[in-house]
Amino acid sequence: MPDGHIRYVAKNMRLDLRLIAEMIPEGARVLDIGCGDGSLMAHLVEVKRADARGIEIDMQAATDAVAQGLSVIHGDADNDLAFYPDGAFDYVVLSRTLQAVERPREVLRQMLRIGRYAILSFPNFGHWQVRWKLLSTGRMPDTEMWSRPWYETPNIHPCTILDFVALAEMDGYVIERWLAVDEKGLRAPWRRSVRLANLFGEQALFLLRRK
Amino acid sequence: MSPLAPFPVVEHQRVVLEEGLTLDCGVTIRPLAVAFRTYGTLNEARSNAILVCHALTGDQYLAETQPVTGKPGWWSNLVGPGLPVDTDRFFVICANVLGGCMGSTGPREEMTDADGNGLGRPWGTDFPTVTIRDMVRAQKKLVDHLGITRLLAVIGGSMGGMQVLEWAATYPDAVLAAAPIACATHHSAQNIAFHEVGRAAIHSDPDWKGGRYWEDGRIPAQGLSVARMVAHITYLSEAALMRKFGRRLQGAKAVTFLEDVFQVESYLRYQGSTFVRRFDANSYLTITRAMDYFDLSQEHGSVPAAFAGTPTRFFVASFSSDWLFPTSESRALVRALNAAAARTSFVEVPTDKGHDAFLLDEPDFHRALGGFLRGAAREAGL
Repeated sequence: MPDGHIRYVAKNMRLDLRLIAEMIPEGARVLDIGCGDGSLMAHLVEVKRADARGIEIDMQAATDAVAQGLSVIHGDADNDLAFYPDGAFDYVVLSRTLQAVERPREVLRQMLRIGRYAILSFPNFGHWQVRWKLLSTGRMPDTEMWSRPWYETPNIHPCTILDFVALAEMDGYVIERWLAVDEKGLRAPWRRSVRLANLFGEQALFLLRRK
Repeated sequence: MSPLAPFPVVEHQRVVLEEGLTLDCGVTIRPLAVAFRTYGTLNEARSNAILVCHALTGDQYLAETQPVTGKPGWWSNLVGPGLPVDTDRFFVICANVLGGCMGSTGPREEMTDADGNGLGRPWGTDFPTVTIRDMVRAQKKLVDHLGITRLLAVIGGSMGGMQVLEWAATYPDAVLAAAPIACATHHSAQNIAFHEVGRAAIHSDPDWKGGRYWEDGRIPAQGLSVARMVAHITYLSEAALMRKFGRRLQGAKAVTFLEDVFQVESYLRYQGSTFVRRFDANSYLTITRAMDYFDLSQEHGSVPAAFAGTPTRFFVASFSSDWLFPTSESRALVRALNAAAARTSFVEVPTDKGHDAFLLDEPDFHRALGGFLRGAAREAGL
């Protein structure tokens, strides 16, 4: 099990982004995949003087980001990462998007090809509520996090925290840090156990690097 | 020299540079005239200049009434006080391209010999072959003449976008921000094919007379008009044509099989007939050729090589229903810019208006371009 330190994280999106931002040092070159309207990027440019670029699949959000003067392209993780040169970035960020890409393993590989570090956040499908809904009703889980019916959800590749740790190990990535967030954003007894985090963590945040 | 019928006499603002310009084909044109218009005020630091590059049949009358046609400037919805290209903040320059017919050196202007002496006849088809890069070099001479060493931005759509790319590739330190709109890094085989149909129409008009139509003051109106009609179809989309005209008839309710005219025909004929009153056929031949020759990767080895280490930031925009310069071409450009580690923004604007959309009111496009320019201005300390 990687030597990680779990912190408690509020569900508030701004706090979530601030946690990602905290991992990124001054002046870093950052690619934010799924950057939305660019709020993390704008923060990084302003506060960290980062050289931030973004990719966003939603046309309106991409336009909003460009209209703020940010270097954002209308594109997606599955098709656009291959065109960046090796080591183009210090950090490549993918927040709440891994579960929605077509080829998560390839996306992860590309992230760590073009960046020295990868920062990923994703909703944890191992959360107890998800398990309970499936066990008790026999139907696809319907929670606050997993709110869309199976036939129209964009989340085609959900995974659990344990699944993600296994993939990182299989592909030889080093987990530098990881955090999990419970549904109330409270400090919980699963602080030092990835198995407990996998049960009570609603979202996960990982910092990876190449070996 | 007397103007060619049926153009009205218009004095265009221009600079005449005695040193001339050596073209890619090896010929030196001397002197070089560049007709241009400016809007807004150049600041003391000369750091707020934006160059706008016009498309194939555009001209320097960007944001004011066009003196020949009396119509509003072609980008007057985008360039002006308080507009995305804000002339209250920026000094906007637009030059008629080399080879054009609104006052810059081109087939319609007086031919000169190697020493720059006028020969008392227009260049006509003796005008040398020019490239997009030649056009850009001519603009660079104008910008130098105006005492501007670095442009805040270079903007343009279609062929104007090609010039933007050439500017950024040829003079990277002179371009802080570049906005190539609805364009590509090379002219596709399909686009060359459409151009060739237009040129063939001009060539086959008896009034073209091998390009020497200026001798008797006639113009190949029929051929040039057909060229415009074909080209105009490529600027629109099927959805836009259906929306505007459908299968409606001009002046009739039902098809009678007797001389019926569909509205779309009538529209195209109108487009063709007005075009010949403002554009020179030999200019059309020269400029379409320049577009056809355009291929950044051939010039620089590859597209990423053209922009390797560029300090310029880019804003690329395409329009979803544009089939002349489709989104796939813009996306290929964006990927090449990413490969060159250039700072790049890109949006595909959803619209059914086809290639023409870059000239029309597209709020998302205007908002994104305006924001991009404000960002560039912030970075330049304006």
